[in-house]
Amino acid sequence: MSLIRVRGLSVSLGGRRVLEGVDLAIAPGEIVTIVGPNGSGKSTLLRALIGALAPAAGTIERQGGLRLGYVPQKLALDPSLPLKVRHFLDLPRPVSPGERARALDEAGAGGLEERQLAALSGGQLQRVLLARALLGRPQLLLLDEATQGLDQPAAANFYRRIEALRERTGAAILMVSHELHVVMSASDRVICLNGHVCCVGKPEQVASAPEYRALFGTGTGGALALYRHEHDHAHDHDHHGEQAP
Amino acid sequence: MSLLLAPFMLRAALAALGVALAAAPLGAFVVWRRMAYFGDAISHGAMLGVALALAASLPVFWGVLAVTLVLALAVAALAGRGVPVDTLLGVAAHGALALGLVAVSFVPGVRIDLMAYLFGDVLAVGGADLALIWAGAALLLGLVAWRWRALLLSAVDEDLAIASGLSPRRERLTLMLALALLVAFSLKVVGALLVSALLILPAAAARPLARGPGRMVAAAMAIGAASALGGLALAALADSPAAPSIVSLATLAFLLTHGLDSLRRRGDCQRGQ
Repeated sequence: MSLIRVRGLSVSLGGRRVLEGVDLAIAPGEIVTIVGPNGSGKSTLLRALIGALAPAAGTIERQGGLRLGYVPQKLALDPSLPLKVRHFLDLPRPVSPGERARALDEAGAGGLEERQLAALSGGQLQRVLLARALLGRPQLLLLDEATQGLDQPAAANFYRRIEALRERTGAAILMVSHELHVVMSASDRVICLNGHVCCVGKPEQVASAPEYRALFGTGTGGALALYRHEHDHAHDHDHHGEQAP
Repeated sequence: MSLLLAPFMLRAALAALGVALAAAPLGAFVVWRRMAYFGDAISHGAMLGVALALAASLPVFWGVLAVTLVLALAVAALAGRGVPVDTLLGVAAHGALALGLVAVSFVPGVRIDLMAYLFGDVLAVGGADLALIWAGAALLLGLVAWRWRALLLSAVDEDLAIASGLSPRRERLTLMLALALLVAFSLKVVGALLVSALLILPAAAARPLARGPGRMVAAAMAIGAASALGGLALAALADSPAAPSIVSLATLAFLLTHGLDSLRRRGDCQRGQ
Protein backbone atom coordinates (compact mmCIF):
# COMPACT_ATOMS: atom_id res chain seq x y z
CA MET A 1 0.00 0.00 0.00
CA SER A 2 1.54 3.28 -1.10
CA LEU A 3 1.28 6.51 0.86
CA ILE A 4 1.01 8.42 -2.37
CA ARG A 5 0.68 7.20 -5.93
CA VAL A 6 1.21 9.33 -9.02
CA ARG A 7 0.07 8.08 -12.42
CA GLY A 8 0.86 9.74 -15.71
CA LEU A 9 1.30 13.15 -14.10
CA SER A 10 1.78 16.13 -16.41
CA VAL A 11 2.06 19.68 -15.12
CA SER A 12 2.19 22.92 -17.13
CA LEU A 13 3.49 26.24 -15.82
CA GLY A 14 2.61 29.34 -17.82
CA GLY A 15 1.76 27.27 -20.88
CA ARG A 16 5.02 25.30 -20.77
CA ARG A 17 4.91 21.57 -20.07
CA VAL A 18 7.27 21.09 -17.12
CA LEU A 19 6.43 17.51 -16.23
CA GLU A 20 5.25 14.82 -18.64
CA GLY A 21 3.88 11.39 -17.80
CA VAL A 22 5.49 10.95 -14.39
CA ASP A 23 4.72 7.74 -12.47
CA LEU A 24 5.76 7.49 -8.85
CA ALA A 25 4.71 5.63 -5.72
CA ILE A 26 6.08 5.98 -2.23
CA ALA A 27 5.79 3.20 0.34
CA PRO A 28 5.75 3.79 4.11
CA GLY A 29 9.22 4.30 5.60
CA GLU A 30 10.93 4.61 2.23
CA ILE A 31 13.60 7.22 1.50
CA VAL A 32 13.44 8.37 -2.11
CA THR A 33 15.74 10.94 -3.64
CA ILE A 34 14.91 12.74 -6.86
CA VAL A 35 17.90 14.10 -8.75
CA GLY A 36 17.81 16.22 -11.83
CA PRO A 37 19.40 19.31 -13.32
CA ASN A 38 18.06 22.82 -12.70
CA GLY A 39 14.71 23.30 -14.42
CA SER A 40 14.02 19.57 -14.59
CA GLY A 41 10.72 19.90 -12.72
CA LYS A 42 11.80 18.63 -9.28
CA SER A 43 10.22 21.45 -7.26
CA THR A 44 7.20 21.41 -9.56
CA LEU A 45 6.70 17.72 -8.76
CA LEU A 46 6.79 18.40 -5.00
CA ARG A 47 4.38 21.32 -5.36
CA ALA A 48 2.00 19.10 -7.33
CA LEU A 49 2.24 16.45 -4.59
CA ILE A 50 1.21 18.92 -1.85
CA GLY A 51 -1.67 20.12 -4.01
CA ALA A 52 -0.31 23.59 -4.85
CA LEU A 53 -0.33 22.86 -8.59
CA ALA A 54 -3.15 21.17 -10.44
CA PRO A 55 -2.19 18.35 -12.83
CA ALA A 56 -2.71 19.03 -16.52
CA ALA A 57 -3.08 15.29 -16.90
CA GLY A 58 -2.78 12.21 -14.72
CA THR A 59 -3.75 11.55 -11.12
CA ILE A 60 -2.27 11.90 -7.64
CA GLU A 61 -3.80 9.52 -5.11
CA ARG A 62 -3.10 9.96 -1.44
CA GLN A 63 -3.73 7.35 1.21
CA GLY A 64 -6.81 8.48 3.17
CA GLY A 65 -5.88 10.91 5.96
CA LEU A 66 -2.24 11.05 4.90
CA ARG A 67 -0.22 13.43 7.08
CA LEU A 68 2.17 15.41 4.88
CA GLY A 69 5.15 17.42 6.05
CA TYR A 70 6.54 19.93 3.56
CA VAL A 71 9.92 21.66 3.84
CA PRO A 72 10.21 24.25 1.05
CA GLN A 73 13.47 25.65 -0.26
CA LYS A 74 12.75 29.08 1.18
CA LEU A 75 9.86 31.12 2.52
CA ALA A 76 7.96 33.87 0.73
CA LEU A 77 7.88 35.75 4.07
CA ASP A 78 7.75 39.54 3.70
CA PRO A 79 10.08 41.46 6.06
CA SER A 80 7.13 43.64 7.08
CA LEU A 81 5.74 40.64 8.98
CA PRO A 82 7.43 40.26 12.37
CA LEU A 83 7.45 36.58 13.28
CA LYS A 84 9.43 34.73 15.92
CA VAL A 85 10.22 31.06 15.44
CA ARG A 86 7.75 30.12 18.18
CA HIS A 87 4.96 32.10 16.47
CA PHE A 88 5.76 30.30 13.22
CA LEU A 89 5.61 26.87 14.87
CA ASP A 90 2.14 27.76 16.23
CA LEU A 91 0.77 27.87 12.67
CA PRO A 92 -1.70 26.56 11.79
CA ARG A 93 -2.28 24.94 15.19
CA PRO A 94 -0.91 26.14 18.54
CA VAL A 95 1.49 23.67 20.17
CA SER A 96 2.65 23.32 23.78
CA PRO A 97 6.09 24.67 24.74
CA GLY A 98 7.22 21.08 25.39
CA GLU A 99 6.18 19.86 21.94
CA ARG A 100 7.83 22.88 20.39
CA ALA A 101 11.14 22.36 22.16
CA ARG A 102 11.16 18.64 21.24
CA ALA A 103 10.55 19.34 17.55
CA LEU A 104 13.24 22.01 17.47
CA ASP A 105 15.74 19.73 19.21
CA GLU A 106 14.97 16.89 16.87
CA ALA A 107 15.53 19.16 13.87
CA GLY A 108 18.77 20.52 15.34
CA ALA A 109 17.27 23.96 15.88
CA GLY A 110 17.07 23.93 19.69
CA GLY A 111 17.05 27.31 21.42
CA LEU A 112 15.87 29.33 18.42
CA GLU A 113 12.32 29.96 19.76
CA GLU A 114 12.75 33.68 20.35
CA ARG A 115 14.66 34.48 17.15
CA GLN A 116 13.01 36.40 14.32
CA LEU A 117 12.33 34.07 11.39
CA ALA A 118 13.59 36.67 8.89
CA ALA A 119 16.94 36.96 10.73
CA LEU A 120 17.85 33.25 10.57
CA SER A 121 20.69 31.94 8.43
CA GLY A 122 19.83 29.59 5.57
CA GLY A 123 20.76 26.50 7.55
CA GLN A 124 18.86 27.63 10.65
CA LEU A 125 15.75 28.40 8.61
CA GLN A 126 16.00 24.99 6.97
CA ARG A 127 16.05 23.28 10.39
CA VAL A 128 13.18 25.42 11.71
CA LEU A 129 11.13 24.49 8.63
CA LEU A 130 11.93 20.85 9.34
CA ALA A 131 10.87 21.29 12.99
CA ARG A 132 7.55 22.77 11.89
CA ALA A 133 6.98 19.87 9.51
CA LEU A 134 7.73 17.39 12.31
CA LEU A 135 5.07 18.94 14.58
CA GLY A 136 2.42 17.52 12.23
CA ARG A 137 3.81 13.96 12.87
CA PRO A 138 4.11 13.38 9.11
CA GLN A 139 3.86 9.96 7.49
CA LEU A 140 5.48 11.46 4.43
CA LEU A 141 8.06 14.21 4.57
CA LEU A 142 8.80 16.22 1.41
CA LEU A 143 12.10 18.09 1.34
CA ASP A 144 12.93 20.56 -1.42
CA GLU A 145 16.68 21.10 -1.90
CA ALA A 146 17.10 20.84 1.85
CA THR A 147 20.88 21.01 1.76
CA GLN A 148 21.20 23.92 -0.63
CA GLY A 149 23.56 26.51 0.78
CA LEU A 150 24.92 24.15 3.42
CA ASP A 151 28.60 23.26 3.40
CA GLN A 152 29.63 19.63 3.05
CA PRO A 153 29.81 18.62 6.73
CA ALA A 154 26.52 20.40 7.43
CA ALA A 155 24.83 18.64 4.51
CA ALA A 156 26.15 15.26 5.66
CA ASN A 157 24.95 16.09 9.15
CA PHE A 158 21.51 16.97 7.78
CA TYR A 159 21.27 13.66 5.92
CA ARG A 160 22.21 11.71 9.04
CA ARG A 161 19.48 13.57 10.90
CA ILE A 162 16.93 12.59 8.23
CA GLU A 163 18.04 8.97 8.41
CA ALA A 164 17.71 8.95 12.20
CA LEU A 165 14.28 10.49 11.84
CA ARG A 166 13.13 7.71 9.55
CA GLU A 167 14.48 5.11 11.98
CA ARG A 168 12.64 6.68 14.89
CA THR A 169 9.29 7.68 13.34
CA GLY A 170 9.02 5.39 10.35
CA ALA A 171 8.12 8.35 8.15
CA ALA A 172 8.70 8.05 4.43
CA ILE A 173 10.93 10.74 3.00
CA LEU A 174 10.95 12.19 -0.49
CA MET A 175 13.63 14.71 -1.22
CA VAL A 176 14.87 16.48 -4.28
CA SER A 177 18.40 17.58 -4.97
CA HIS A 178 20.51 18.89 -7.79
CA GLU A 179 23.68 18.15 -5.88
CA LEU A 180 24.51 14.83 -7.43
CA HIS A 181 27.78 14.31 -5.70
CA VAL A 182 26.10 14.07 -2.30
CA VAL A 183 23.12 11.83 -2.82
CA MET A 184 22.34 10.03 0.39
CA SER A 185 23.72 6.58 0.80
CA ALA A 186 20.56 5.77 2.72
CA SER A 187 18.26 6.39 -0.24
CA ASP A 188 16.28 3.29 -0.99
CA ARG A 189 15.63 4.62 -4.46
CA VAL A 190 16.97 7.37 -6.63
CA ILE A 191 14.78 8.81 -9.34
CA CYS A 192 16.49 10.65 -12.12
CA LEU A 193 14.16 13.37 -13.41
CA ASN A 194 14.32 15.66 -16.40
CA GLY A 195 10.73 16.63 -17.20
CA HIS A 196 10.01 12.90 -17.17
CA VAL A 197 11.43 9.98 -15.23
CA CYS A 198 14.72 9.05 -16.93
CA CYS A 199 15.69 6.17 -14.69
CA VAL A 200 14.93 4.68 -11.29
CA GLY A 201 16.86 2.38 -8.99
CA LYS A 202 19.20 1.92 -6.09
CA PRO A 203 21.79 4.70 -5.88
CA GLU A 204 24.52 2.53 -7.39
CA GLN A 205 22.27 1.27 -10.18
CA VAL A 206 21.26 4.76 -11.19
CA ALA A 207 24.86 5.89 -11.14
CA SER A 208 25.75 3.40 -13.85
CA ALA A 209 22.56 3.83 -15.90
CA PRO A 210 23.17 5.20 -19.41
CA GLU A 211 20.21 7.62 -18.99
CA TYR A 212 21.86 9.10 -15.94
CA ARG A 213 25.18 9.46 -17.71
CA ALA A 214 23.49 11.11 -20.67
CA LEU A 215 21.91 13.62 -18.33
CA PHE A 216 24.80 14.38 -16.08
CA GLY A 217 27.77 13.26 -18.10
CA THR A 218 30.74 11.67 -16.45
CA GLY A 219 31.69 14.78 -14.53
CA THR A 220 31.28 12.91 -11.28
CA GLY A 221 33.22 9.97 -12.68
CA GLY A 222 29.90 8.24 -13.26
CA ALA A 223 29.64 7.44 -9.58
CA LEU A 224 27.52 8.98 -6.89
CA ALA A 225 29.96 10.14 -4.30
CA LEU A 226 28.38 9.45 -0.97
CA TYR A 227 29.17 12.11 1.59
CA ARG A 228 32.26 12.92 -0.45
CA HIS A 229 32.98 16.13 -2.22
CA GLU A 230 34.76 16.61 -5.49
CA HIS A 231 36.01 20.03 -6.45
CA ASP A 232 37.17 19.25 -9.94
CA HIS A 233 33.95 19.25 -11.92
CA ALA A 234 31.63 21.93 -13.23
CA HIS A 235 28.46 22.68 -11.28
CA ASP A 236 26.59 23.93 -14.29
CA HIS A 237 24.33 21.13 -15.38
CA ASP A 238 22.04 23.24 -17.54
CA HIS A 239 23.62 22.46 -20.89
CA HIS A 240 23.05 18.76 -20.38
CA GLY A 241 19.29 19.33 -20.61
CA GLU A 242 19.62 19.70 -24.37
CA GLN A 243 20.91 16.20 -24.73
CA ALA A 244 17.93 14.71 -22.99
CA PRO A 245 15.52 12.73 -25.17
CA MET B 1 -12.99 73.56 24.35
CA SER B 2 -16.69 72.93 24.83
CA LEU B 3 -16.76 71.99 21.14
CA LEU B 4 -14.89 68.80 22.01
CA LEU B 5 -17.79 67.68 24.20
CA ALA B 6 -20.61 68.50 21.79
CA PRO B 7 -22.78 65.48 20.89
CA PHE B 8 -21.77 65.57 17.23
CA MET B 9 -18.11 65.48 18.29
CA LEU B 10 -18.77 62.48 20.47
CA ARG B 11 -20.48 60.69 17.60
CA ALA B 12 -17.59 61.63 15.30
CA ALA B 13 -15.07 60.31 17.82
CA LEU B 14 -16.90 56.99 18.22
CA ALA B 15 -17.23 56.64 14.44
CA ALA B 16 -13.56 57.37 13.77
CA LEU B 17 -12.54 55.05 16.60
CA GLY B 18 -14.64 52.20 15.20
CA VAL B 19 -13.16 52.59 11.72
CA ALA B 20 -9.60 52.86 13.04
CA LEU B 21 -9.93 49.72 15.19
CA ALA B 22 -11.42 47.68 12.34
CA ALA B 23 -8.92 48.96 9.76
CA ALA B 24 -5.80 48.13 11.80
CA PRO B 25 -5.79 44.30 11.59
CA LEU B 26 -6.87 44.32 7.95
CA GLY B 27 -4.17 46.92 7.28
CA ALA B 28 -1.56 44.62 8.82
CA PHE B 29 -2.49 41.85 6.40
CA VAL B 30 -2.54 44.30 3.49
CA VAL B 31 1.02 45.38 4.39
CA TRP B 32 2.25 41.80 4.96
CA ARG B 33 0.81 40.61 1.68
CA ARG B 34 1.94 43.67 -0.26
CA MET B 35 -1.61 44.44 -1.25
CA ALA B 36 -1.44 48.20 -0.55
CA TYR B 37 -2.57 49.03 -4.05
CA PHE B 38 -5.53 46.72 -3.65
CA GLY B 39 -6.91 48.92 -0.86
CA ASP B 40 -6.63 51.89 -3.22
CA ALA B 41 -8.47 50.09 -6.00
CA ILE B 42 -11.38 49.13 -3.77
CA SER B 43 -11.70 52.50 -2.07
CA HIS B 44 -11.57 54.44 -5.32
CA GLY B 45 -14.17 52.10 -6.74
CA ALA B 46 -16.43 53.30 -3.92
CA MET B 47 -17.11 56.50 -5.90
CA LEU B 48 -18.80 54.44 -8.60
CA GLY B 49 -20.91 52.88 -5.84
CA VAL B 50 -21.91 56.34 -4.61
CA ALA B 51 -23.02 57.34 -8.11
CA LEU B 52 -25.01 54.16 -8.71
CA ALA B 53 -26.69 54.37 -5.30
CA LEU B 54 -27.75 57.97 -5.89
CA ALA B 55 -29.03 57.16 -9.38
CA ALA B 56 -31.07 54.24 -8.04
CA SER B 57 -32.17 56.13 -4.89
CA LEU B 58 -30.64 53.47 -2.68
CA PRO B 59 -28.75 54.05 0.56
CA VAL B 60 -25.14 54.95 -0.32
CA PHE B 61 -23.81 52.16 1.92
CA TRP B 62 -25.42 49.42 -0.16
CA GLY B 63 -24.36 50.94 -3.46
CA VAL B 64 -20.78 51.21 -2.28
CA LEU B 65 -20.78 47.71 -0.78
CA ALA B 66 -22.13 46.21 -4.01
CA VAL B 67 -19.53 47.92 -6.21
CA THR B 68 -16.57 47.24 -3.89
CA LEU B 69 -17.58 43.56 -3.57
CA VAL B 70 -17.84 43.18 -7.34
CA LEU B 71 -14.52 44.96 -7.78
CA ALA B 72 -12.82 42.74 -5.17
CA LEU B 73 -14.17 39.56 -6.81
CA ALA B 74 -13.25 40.77 -10.29
CA VAL B 75 -9.67 41.61 -9.33
CA ALA B 76 -9.35 38.31 -7.44
CA ALA B 77 -10.60 36.41 -10.48
CA LEU B 78 -8.47 38.28 -13.01
CA ALA B 79 -5.25 38.20 -10.97
CA GLY B 80 -2.82 35.64 -12.30
CA ARG B 81 -4.26 35.57 -15.83
CA GLY B 82 -1.57 37.33 -17.77
CA VAL B 83 -2.02 40.98 -16.83
CA PRO B 84 0.31 41.88 -13.94
CA VAL B 85 -1.64 42.46 -10.73
CA ASP B 86 -0.32 45.99 -10.10
CA THR B 87 -1.32 47.05 -13.60
CA LEU B 88 -4.73 45.49 -13.10
CA LEU B 89 -5.20 47.32 -9.80
CA GLY B 90 -4.07 50.62 -11.32
CA VAL B 91 -6.67 50.24 -14.04
CA ALA B 92 -9.39 49.26 -11.57
CA ALA B 93 -8.56 52.06 -9.09
CA HIS B 94 -8.41 54.98 -11.46
CA GLY B 95 -10.94 53.65 -13.92
CA ALA B 96 -13.55 53.18 -11.20
CA LEU B 97 -12.83 56.56 -9.60
CA ALA B 98 -13.06 58.42 -12.90
CA LEU B 99 -16.14 56.51 -14.00
CA GLY B 100 -17.71 57.24 -10.61
CA LEU B 101 -17.03 60.97 -10.86
CA VAL B 102 -18.43 61.11 -14.40
CA ALA B 103 -21.47 59.06 -13.41
CA VAL B 104 -22.17 61.26 -10.38
CA SER B 105 -22.26 64.35 -12.62
CA PHE B 106 -25.06 62.77 -14.67
CA VAL B 107 -27.30 61.91 -11.74
CA PRO B 108 -30.27 64.20 -12.39
CA GLY B 109 -31.75 66.53 -9.80
CA VAL B 110 -29.21 65.72 -7.13
CA ARG B 111 -26.66 68.27 -6.11
CA ILE B 112 -24.25 66.31 -4.04
CA ASP B 113 -21.27 67.41 -2.10
CA LEU B 114 -18.50 65.47 -3.84
CA MET B 115 -15.99 66.52 -1.20
CA ALA B 116 -18.05 64.70 1.43
CA TYR B 117 -17.57 61.40 -0.40
CA LEU B 118 -13.96 61.96 -1.40
CA PHE B 119 -12.76 63.14 2.01
CA GLY B 120 -15.54 62.00 4.32
CA ASP B 121 -17.77 64.05 6.59
CA VAL B 122 -17.18 62.55 10.00
CA LEU B 123 -18.73 65.50 11.82
CA ALA B 124 -22.07 64.75 10.15
CA VAL B 125 -22.21 61.14 11.33
CA GLY B 126 -25.63 60.22 12.74
CA GLY B 127 -26.80 57.54 15.15
CA ALA B 128 -27.67 55.09 12.36
CA ASP B 129 -24.24 55.57 10.74
CA LEU B 130 -22.63 54.90 14.08
CA ALA B 131 -24.55 51.67 14.58
CA LEU B 132 -23.55 50.54 11.07
CA ILE B 133 -19.88 51.34 11.68
CA TRP B 134 -19.67 49.48 14.97
CA ALA B 135 -21.65 46.51 13.69
CA GLY B 136 -19.27 46.34 10.71
CA ALA B 137 -16.20 46.77 12.90
CA ALA B 138 -17.34 44.01 15.27
CA LEU B 139 -17.97 41.71 12.29
CA LEU B 140 -14.51 42.37 10.80
CA LEU B 141 -12.65 42.00 14.10
CA GLY B 142 -14.55 38.76 14.78
CA LEU B 143 -13.70 37.49 11.29
CA VAL B 144 -9.97 38.21 11.66
CA ALA B 145 -9.88 36.64 15.13
CA TRP B 146 -11.67 33.53 13.85
CA ARG B 147 -9.44 33.07 10.77
CA TRP B 148 -6.26 34.46 12.41
CA ARG B 149 -3.93 31.47 12.08
CA ALA B 150 -5.15 30.53 8.62
CA LEU B 151 -4.82 34.12 7.38
CA LEU B 152 -1.40 34.41 8.97
CA LEU B 153 0.02 31.15 7.57
CA SER B 154 -1.29 32.08 4.11
CA ALA B 155 0.50 35.43 4.42
CA VAL B 156 3.74 33.70 5.50
CA ASP B 157 3.84 31.19 2.66
CA GLU B 158 1.00 29.94 0.47
CA ASP B 159 2.59 26.55 -0.28
CA LEU B 160 3.04 25.85 3.43
CA ALA B 161 -0.61 26.75 3.97
CA ILE B 162 -1.67 24.32 1.23
CA ALA B 163 0.53 21.56 2.65
CA SER B 164 -1.21 22.14 6.01
CA GLY B 165 -4.59 21.57 4.38
CA LEU B 166 -5.62 25.24 4.20
CA SER B 167 -6.78 27.11 1.12
CA PRO B 168 -4.77 30.33 0.69
CA ARG B 169 -7.07 31.28 -2.17
CA ARG B 170 -10.03 31.26 0.22
CA GLU B 171 -8.10 33.25 2.85
CA ARG B 172 -7.13 35.83 0.23
CA LEU B 173 -10.75 36.11 -0.86
CA THR B 174 -11.83 36.49 2.79
CA LEU B 175 -9.41 39.37 3.15
CA MET B 176 -10.60 41.05 -0.04
CA LEU B 177 -14.27 40.81 0.93
CA ALA B 178 -13.41 42.15 4.40
CA LEU B 179 -11.70 45.13 2.75
CA ALA B 180 -14.75 45.79 0.61
CA LEU B 181 -16.94 45.83 3.72
CA LEU B 182 -14.52 48.14 5.55
CA VAL B 183 -14.50 50.63 2.68
CA ALA B 184 -18.31 50.62 2.51
CA PHE B 185 -18.87 51.45 6.16
CA SER B 186 -15.97 53.86 6.61
CA LEU B 187 -16.66 55.98 3.51
CA LYS B 188 -18.55 58.58 5.54
CA VAL B 189 -15.73 58.90 8.08
CA VAL B 190 -12.59 59.18 5.95
CA GLY B 191 -13.89 59.30 2.39
CA ALA B 192 -12.88 57.37 -0.70
CA LEU B 193 -9.47 58.96 -1.13
CA LEU B 194 -8.23 58.39 2.41
CA VAL B 195 -9.68 54.99 3.39
CA SER B 196 -6.62 53.11 2.25
CA ALA B 197 -4.39 55.57 4.13
CA LEU B 198 -6.10 54.67 7.38
CA LEU B 199 -5.67 51.03 6.41
CA ILE B 200 -1.96 51.09 5.69
CA LEU B 201 -0.43 53.88 7.77
CA PRO B 202 -1.13 52.59 11.31
CA ALA B 203 0.07 49.09 10.39
CA ALA B 204 3.21 50.43 8.73
CA ALA B 205 3.85 52.74 11.70
CA ALA B 206 3.46 49.79 14.08
CA ARG B 207 6.04 47.58 12.31
CA PRO B 208 9.21 48.83 14.12
CA LEU B 209 7.42 48.54 17.49
CA ALA B 210 6.48 44.87 17.18
CA ARG B 211 8.35 41.55 17.40
CA GLY B 212 5.28 39.44 16.67
CA PRO B 213 2.19 39.59 14.42
CA GLY B 214 -0.33 39.92 17.27
CA ARG B 215 1.66 42.75 18.81
CA MET B 216 1.87 44.50 15.47
CA VAL B 217 -1.92 44.42 15.13
CA ALA B 218 -2.36 45.70 18.70
CA ALA B 219 0.13 48.53 18.09
CA ALA B 220 -1.58 49.39 14.80
CA MET B 221 -4.94 49.57 16.60
CA ALA B 222 -3.45 51.87 19.26
CA ILE B 223 -1.82 54.14 16.66
CA GLY B 224 -4.98 54.18 14.53
CA ALA B 225 -7.18 55.03 17.54
CA ALA B 226 -4.80 57.75 18.74
CA SER B 227 -4.63 59.27 15.23
CA ALA B 228 -8.43 59.19 14.92
CA LEU B 229 -9.07 60.91 18.26
CA GLY B 230 -6.12 63.28 17.91
CA GLY B 231 -7.12 64.23 14.38
CA LEU B 232 -10.67 65.03 15.47
CA ALA B 233 -9.41 67.13 18.37
CA LEU B 234 -7.16 68.98 15.94
CA ALA B 235 -10.14 69.52 13.64
CA ALA B 236 -12.23 70.91 16.49
CA LEU B 237 -9.52 73.16 17.94
CA ALA B 238 -7.75 74.36 14.79
CA ASP B 239 -10.70 74.03 12.41
CA SER B 240 -8.71 71.76 10.06
CA PRO B 241 -10.50 69.23 7.84
CA ALA B 242 -11.17 66.14 9.97
CA ALA B 243 -10.19 63.13 7.82
CA PRO B 244 -6.99 64.70 6.45
CA SER B 245 -6.04 65.63 10.04
CA ILE B 246 -6.47 62.00 11.11
CA VAL B 247 -4.37 60.74 8.22
CA SER B 248 -1.71 63.42 8.84
CA LEU B 249 -1.31 62.26 12.44
CA ALA B 250 -1.00 58.63 11.31
CA THR B 251 1.69 59.74 8.83
CA LEU B 252 3.48 61.55 11.64
CA ALA B 253 3.36 58.35 13.71
CA PHE B 254 4.89 56.44 10.79
CA LEU B 255 7.75 58.95 10.43
CA LEU B 256 8.32 58.92 14.17
CA THR B 257 8.49 55.14 14.69
CA HIS B 258 10.64 54.56 11.61
CA GLY B 259 12.90 57.51 12.43
CA LEU B 260 13.45 56.30 15.98
CA ASP B 261 14.03 52.78 14.71
CA SER B 262 16.78 53.83 12.31
CA LEU B 263 18.41 55.91 15.10
CA ARG B 264 18.31 52.86 17.36
CA ARG B 265 19.86 50.66 14.66
CA ARG B 266 22.64 53.17 14.10
CA GLY B 267 23.28 53.19 17.87
CA ASP B 268 23.46 49.38 17.85
CA CYS B 269 26.07 49.44 15.10
CA GLN B 270 28.24 51.99 16.85
CA ARG B 271 28.10 50.08 20.12
CA GLY B 272 28.90 46.91 18.24
CA GLN B 273 32.20 48.29 16.93
